[in-house]
Order: sequence, then structure tokens, then C-alpha cells
Amino acid sequence: MTLSASNISLHLSGFDLLRNISLEVEAGQVTAIVGPNGAGKSSLLKVLTGEMPPSQGDVSLNHRPLEQWPLLDRAQVLAVLPQHTLLNFPFTADEVVGLGRIPHKTGLAKDSQIIAEALELVDASYLQKRFYTQMSGGEKQRVQLARVLAQIWQPSHLGRQFLVLDEPTSAFDLSHQKLTLDIVRQLADRGVGVIMVLHDLNLAARCADNLVVCDGGVIAAQGNPKEVLTEQLIDKVFGVKSIIAQHPVTKRPLVIT
Amino acid sequence: MRRFSAQSLIWALAILLPVAVLISLVVGTVNISLSDAVSTLVGKAASSQTETILFDIRLPRILMAIFVGAVLASTGAVMQGLFRNPLADPSLIGVSSGASVGASLMIVTAGGFIQSGALVGLSLLAVGAFIGGFAATLLVYRLATSGIGTSVTTMLLAGIAIGALAGALNSLLSYFSDNDMLRQISLWQMGNLSGASWLKVSLMGAVALLLMLLFPRDSKALNALLLGESEARHLGIDVQRVKRRLIVLTALGVGVSVALAGLVGFVGLIMPHIVRLAIGPDHRWLVPASALAGATLLVIADSLARIVVIPAELPTGILTALLGAPFFVALLLQQRKDV
Repeated sequence: MTLSASNISLHLSGFDLLRNISLEVEAGQVTAIVGPNGAGKSSLLKVLTGEMPPSQGDVSLNHRPLEQWPLLDRAQVLAVLPQHTLLNFPFTADEVVGLGRIPHKTGLAKDSQIIAEALELVDASYLQKRFYTQMSGGEKQRVQLARVLAQIWQPSHLGRQFLVLDEPTSAFDLSHQKLTLDIVRQLADRGVGVIMVLHDLNLAARCADNLVVCDGGVIAAQGNPKEVLTEQLIDKVFGVKSIIAQHPVTKRPLVIT
Repeated sequence: MRRFSAQSLIWALAILLPVAVLISLVVGTVNISLSDAVSTLVGKAASSQTETILFDIRLPRILMAIFVGAVLASTGAVMQGLFRNPLADPSLIGVSSGASVGASLMIVTAGGFIQSGALVGLSLLAVGAFIGGFAATLLVYRLATSGIGTSVTTMLLAGIAIGALAGALNSLLSYFSDNDMLRQISLWQMGNLSGASWLKVSLMGAVALLLMLLFPRDSKALNALLLGESEARHLGIDVQRVKRRLIVLTALGVGVSVALAGLVGFVGLIMPHIVRLAIGPDHRWLVPASALAGATLLVIADSLARIVVIPAELPTGILTALLGAPFFVALLLQQRKDV
């Protein structure tokens, strides 16, 4: 069971945003995408989630072409958290997370239980009755995270589920960054395939089973973080001199710049 | 915090509306006592004059106010959700400006008919307004729709452009019309419920009923759309289809109400806004509560329109703005204090 892209390219108004990318997001694993600004990370996510059709190549979800999925079925196995959400109506946190239950017909009682649990999980229970429009950036991002978690809270009979996160930790402090990675790991252990764009190489190295490095619309390297993260690669892709050390506890690679 | 729960507001309005209707039945140039009015309504007429006033004049007019108010306010709530803009208005999609041109054109070309007050003339006016409104909406929608879907931003801009064009056409028509026509055009633009007949009421009622039956099934989709279009799509919503359906229903609802009652401003913009401040943006409650609130406001406004300058009457549109605007300003000031 995978979310997979085979040989996709994306051309948009004369620019090659993606070129011949093949990528398999395995269920039960965490895939992290890193790369410099404009490398095509968000475009790759947009193609993977069906928001933009690829100019060439195919995307499939659980071995079925993405465009053949009925929208409502797809929403039960694929949840997407965009980088920014422009919600400027005064929903409470409860109501925002409740939007994640729209594709399901589990009933009010079950839904409110899931909403409460999802908010609890992202450390946002205290926001329950607060207005989204009056929250801080980090609080908004946590509520949105809870929304997509609520969307895939229970396993689906339609196959393995996938969670797509575009820079989920950009507004988070240290403790919430760690919390997010813990949540993502729990989901993967439950069998969910997670793919996320991250900017912090060390965060990515710490949580990813599969690390994908994008550069200029192509995949520069992918695989186990230990093998992928080398001093040459970071110099080539980011233009930054670095030292790769090993984390004393997790034994994961540690990028020191 | 929100001031009311959605249920309590809907209950309050459901009580307030019949009260407003009863009051509206008894006030006017001729005052009718409440007991007379009630006994006439249940079939025991106090006098034939009372019967005529109630059944031929006031009742159709009140029902018209209820339907027009409900349609304008609920379509306003829907458009604000669809455009993700709390200050959107049904007229943004071009329906009011288009209707206005259609009506003016009819007044200028078929002025004689209309002045005679004949049914043909009045219907011509309504048909002109409806066609104008629908054509303008269609044009705005076409302009904003490309291969990848309908862009809400382009639609807003196209609505402004078509509105400006319609304004110019309207001025042009006014420039070439004589004094009588000019007066008719401007009266029509103020919005008026006084010409309500049972035929018009049943047409308007049918449209209102259709909207009230069809809007609820898209209320969850509207909630999801507040997050953004791609977010709504990821929640399993066929955004393009929902958009098309809601725009067609709005054009129909506003088109018919503008055709039958002229431009009654303010209700569609402000009522949903006020209701949202009170109970929040959940469309499952917002749309029906706005409809009730719009109906109530229009019934009250129309009663006042009948009594402020007895024996003459004011156009209803003037009263809706006069009543609603200060209320809205008070709410804004209150909200500023809260934040």
C-alpha cells in the first residue's frame, strides 16, 4: 500500500517545476522532503495530493490512479495540511477540528469525542472554545494539525491512510516541534504513511525513515538519512559547508553548520 | 465568546417573526384592531372592508416581505461563505446591477404600459429585471471560469466591472428618460413591497421554499470552503459543483426578488453579518437563522414604511437601511470594545 508517483513532471507557464520524479511513500513509514527554497517541494506535494495534475507521469494511491478515486473516498484515506490556511471566520477550535470529520458519517457523539482527543493530542485542549481568529500562529497551526489528524483518526476500510504535511512545524516552539514528531511516529506505527516537507535538516534526520532531498525540480538523493546526508550533498544542494556528526543518543546524523 | 447559542437565536426569531406579522397586519393608513384582524383571518370577517384590506393588501405584502427578506439574507450568508468574505453581498455576482439595467430598459421602452399600472406592464418590468439580473450573473460567472475552475477573486473583480458597466448603462437610460420615467426608475431602485399581489407572492414563495430546501445540503461544504478551496477538496467536497449550484440558486433567488420587489438593499449584506456575530459562522445554523432574521427585519421595516408618513408610504428599501445601519454600527462599536 503506497502513495506513489512514477516519473512525474510538472510544467507550469513555461517553467519546469518538477522533472521525472519517482517517489514511493510507504504506509507505516515517515518520509521527509527537504531542499532549498523553490526546489519543488510544495509542487511535489500538490501533485501527490491531486491538487495539480502532473504534466507527465502518474500518481497512484493504494495502487489505484489518484484521479479515479471519488473525492469522498479519497478524503477518508488522504489528509492534507497545507502550509498556510487563510481562515478568517471566527470558528472555535472545536469547530475547525470538526471540519476534519466532514468526510465521515460517525455521528455527533463519536465526532465530538474524536475532536476532543485530537485537540488533547496536539496540546490544544485549552483552545477548545477559543476563536481561531484570535489565536497565535503556533496555536492556529496546532489546531489545523488536529483537524487533519481527526480526518484520519480511525483506520479506513478503503485501505491504508496517508497524511501529507507541508512544513507542519514552521510556527512551533521546541516542545511542539518534538510533539509533532512524536505524533507522526505514532501514526506511522499505526500504519499511516506520512510525508512531510521540513526545513530543519536535523528534525528531518531524526524522524525520517526515508529522506528525500529535492533540488531544482529533481530528486537529488533519497533513502536512509544516514546514507543520504553527506557533506558533499549539503554543499551541492544548499551551498553550505557543514560537518556531519552523529547524535550521541539517537545515533542519527547531525548536521552542524 | 458568542452571545447566543444558535438554537436559542432561532427560537427567539421564530417567536419574534409571528409577532411582527401580527403587528404588521393591524398597522397602516387604516388601523384594524387585533381581534378584528384575527377573526377575519380565521374566516369570520368583521366587515368586508377589513377583509379586503387584510387579504388583498396587507397579507400578500407581509408574505412578500417574509419571502424577500428570507431569500436576500440567506443568499447573502451563502455568498459570504462562498467568497470567504464577511462583507460579500448577493449583488457582488452582478445580479442586482444587471436587474437594474433590465428594469430601467423596460421603464424607458415600455413606460406607457407600466404607468398605466396594468398587469402586462408590471410583469414586463419584472421580466426585464429578472433577465437582466440573470444575464449579468451568467456573464460574471463565465468571465471567472476557466479550464481549472471558477476563480472567486476573478469573480469579485468581474462583478465590480459588470456593476460599473451596468451603472453606466443605467445612467445613460436615465439621461434619455423623461421626468416620469426618471421617478419610476429611482423609485424602483429604492425597493418597494407595496405592489404585492397573490400571484407575485406565490412565485416568490416558491423560490424561497426551493432555496430553503436546497441550501442545507451544502452547508457543510460551505463550512469547509471557509478553510479554502483546496482544503475543501481534500475534505471530499466537489468544490466546482457546489459553487455552480450555489451561484445559480443565488442568481435565481435574488433575481426573482429584485424583479418583484426592486432593490431592497442592506438585508443581504448586513443580516448574515449580524447573525454571524451572534452565533458564529457554522452555516448549518447561519443560513436558516439569517433567513428568519432577514424576514423579520423586512416585515418590521415594511410596517414602518406604511406608518411613518401616513397617508403616504415610504419605499421599503429606505427603511431597511435606516433601521439596520445604526444597529450594525452599534454592534461594531460593541465588538471593538470586546477585543
